[in-house]
Amino acid sequence: MSDARGEHVLLGMPTIPHASTVGHLRGDEPFPDAARRELGKPQLRRNLGAATATIRAKRAQVVGEVDDWEHLREAGRAIKAATMARLDEHLERLEREVTARGGTVHWARDAAEANALVTDLVRHTGEREVVKVKSMATQEIGLNEALEQAGITAHETDLAELIVQLAEDKPSHILVPAIHRNRAEIRELFLRTIPDIDATLTDDPRQLAMAARRYLRERFLTARVAISGANFGVAETGTCSVVESEGNGRMCLTLPDTLITVMGIEKVVPTWADLEVFLQLLPRSSTGERMNPYTSTWSGVTPGDGPQDFHLVLLDNGRTAALADEIGRSALHCIRCSACLNVCPVYERTGGHAYGSVYPGPIGAILSPLLTGVEDNASLPYASSLCGACYDVCPVKIDIPSILVHLRAEHVDAQEQAHRVPTGESLLMRAAARAMSAAPRWVRAQAAARAGRLLGGRRGRISSLPFPLSGWTASRDLPVPPRETFRSWWLRERGSDDGRERS
Amino acid sequence: MRIAVFITCLADTLQPQVGRALVDLLERLGHQVVFPEAQTCCGQMHINTGYQRQAMPLVRNHVAAFESADVVVAPSGSCVGSVRHQHAQVAHRCGDAGLAAAAEEVGRRTFELSELLVDVLGVDDVGAFFPHRVTYHPTCHSLRMLRVGEKPLRLLRNVGGIDLAELPDADQCCGFGGTFALKNADTSTAMLADKMRHVMSTRAEVCTAGDSSCLMHIGGGLSRLRSGTRTLHLAEILASTRERSWMP
Repeated sequence: MSDARGEHVLLGMPTIPHASTVGHLRGDEPFPDAARRELGKPQLRRNLGAATATIRAKRAQVVGEVDDWEHLREAGRAIKAATMARLDEHLERLEREVTARGGTVHWARDAAEANALVTDLVRHTGEREVVKVKSMATQEIGLNEALEQAGITAHETDLAELIVQLAEDKPSHILVPAIHRNRAEIRELFLRTIPDIDATLTDDPRQLAMAARRYLRERFLTARVAISGANFGVAETGTCSVVESEGNGRMCLTLPDTLITVMGIEKVVPTWADLEVFLQLLPRSSTGERMNPYTSTWSGVTPGDGPQDFHLVLLDNGRTAALADEIGRSALHCIRCSACLNVCPVYERTGGHAYGSVYPGPIGAILSPLLTGVEDNASLPYASSLCGACYDVCPVKIDIPSILVHLRAEHVDAQEQAHRVPTGESLLMRAAARAMSAAPRWVRAQAAARAGRLLGGRRGRISSLPFPLSGWTASRDLPVPPRETFRSWWLRERGSDDGRERS
Repeated sequence: MRIAVFITCLADTLQPQVGRALVDLLERLGHQVVFPEAQTCCGQMHINTGYQRQAMPLVRNHVAAFESADVVVAPSGSCVGSVRHQHAQVAHRCGDAGLAAAAEEVGRRTFELSELLVDVLGVDDVGAFFPHRVTYHPTCHSLRMLRVGEKPLRLLRNVGGIDLAELPDADQCCGFGGTFALKNADTSTAMLADKMRHVMSTRAEVCTAGDSSCLMHIGGGLSRLRSGTRTLHLAEILASTRERSWMP
């Protein structure tokens, strides 16, 4: 940019804000501590093991039947990448088309702004109760709590979200938020919390569903305001879409007078042809179904049919900051199918609560720190053995392991900048890097390591080491370093190749 | 063929017999083995723990050590994965495009053992003899980063006298993950417990794999349990003959 005299003026890059501290993207404790506690719950381990194994098998079967699955995945990835590259244009198109069809579009920079917007919209209707469609965006911003503070009661209508709400619990899975509970626990919960429930209720899944149905029907028939998220927003026609299994979402989307939809800005797709790709990828990846039972779409307001007052709240909350990260930005391609959770060996053992964010599992381990800034979720990028199972099943080919490694580097760089005195780990890593950066130094370090032979027990195994190696020896032995390294064996047996070549 | 061994820091220090078996096997197949002495470590531990800038001297050293080699083999799928997929990325991130290009070249010529044997040397029967009950753990990076697929099993099925037992849930991670085993020791142990349960359910004498580090993890757990099942690297089984067994 030039000023009046034609000289260049440096304006600097504006800093892009991360997600506000309102909402549920950050845990109260680091992942290893929360994981240790969750690992100590045997019922949780059994519930999770059984549920993830079932859904893994279902997904593998229905994905296996699609001959061009890899092409579909690539199409999904390419559409998302192209959309993100012109996100501003697609969002403005969406806004124009929704407005042209009688809806109102609002922009929310962060969770606090979105909560205030939605609360005002509900207040304006004069209602004190709303029904909710299952939605990750509203979980992310803590909308229910914000409404409650304003004296408005939000009723979750997705069966699993209802279970979580009645139990005053937190969701532990993106798709199956009550995956950590079994049906005996749910029966006990219903008997305790649902008024006038039939006391002879058993833990038969059909009976439980019917009990929830009776409870929810009253809500559907009396509610005048509904709040939803959106799986997709089609820019070319200003159409929002919700994909679900139960039909409870459709009740909320059609019966009330007012509908308020909170949608993350990354959920926009340019055209219906793009939507088609994701409607094939999503159900097979998430519930392991060929097609989901209910796909609702709505474009603004249809006179005389459905809600006559429609508001779309477009939510940033750290998404623009994530978009600015060249390596991390593809995390925004996520369509919230949860396939990565169901195959993750870490998630399967710790469950979702250990991640502290509404986005658990492998995708949560990258998405949460990208939205909040990595220093606010610094333990999550390390909550993975980098086994790569998540990348293999992702329907939009998000390279989660590479992004985890990238975020670890961002964290270490931030730490090194923030602390004049390096951490213990950093000192160890620097020392190791120095020792390993040239062979003569490395040989001397190996000689020192062989001093570890002194720690060896009777069987040539080391069973106890000081911190941080105590994490290893708590459950595993370590071999005593042999007397001779491979290198010294080679030099003794074969002499120096390098020497031979020189001579 | 003239084959350079990248022994890896871990096998060099803690499992030198794996390297000796590798040399024995390749020489038995009629190849010339060399050991570039400038090698140290690929830097995977640094890279995967977030210390990418600190790993740069290691990447530079590794590329220099193997730049002139025609073919490189390592007894570790994850170290090969790091050389092939991470070195160039790290160099790019740290702004050294020249090193990134050189690293990509070295990566293209670096192979895990089963890849070297089946793809480069074109053998799937190495004439080995190993009369023991064995189960094979595929290891995550060999399976999902290198896509070695069935190659190690093809080699094992052709071993004389072997009694190969299928490992249940074989594709599940053993829980090692480098510093993951220290930073998330409890979760890692929970994963290891299931892996060991499956290994022991096969009643195998030996659990084998193409990666020394995963074997050190599984072996460390089996040793603690006094399970009687031991771990051997794929190279040690393939190096075994009627005349000389690498079974301790």
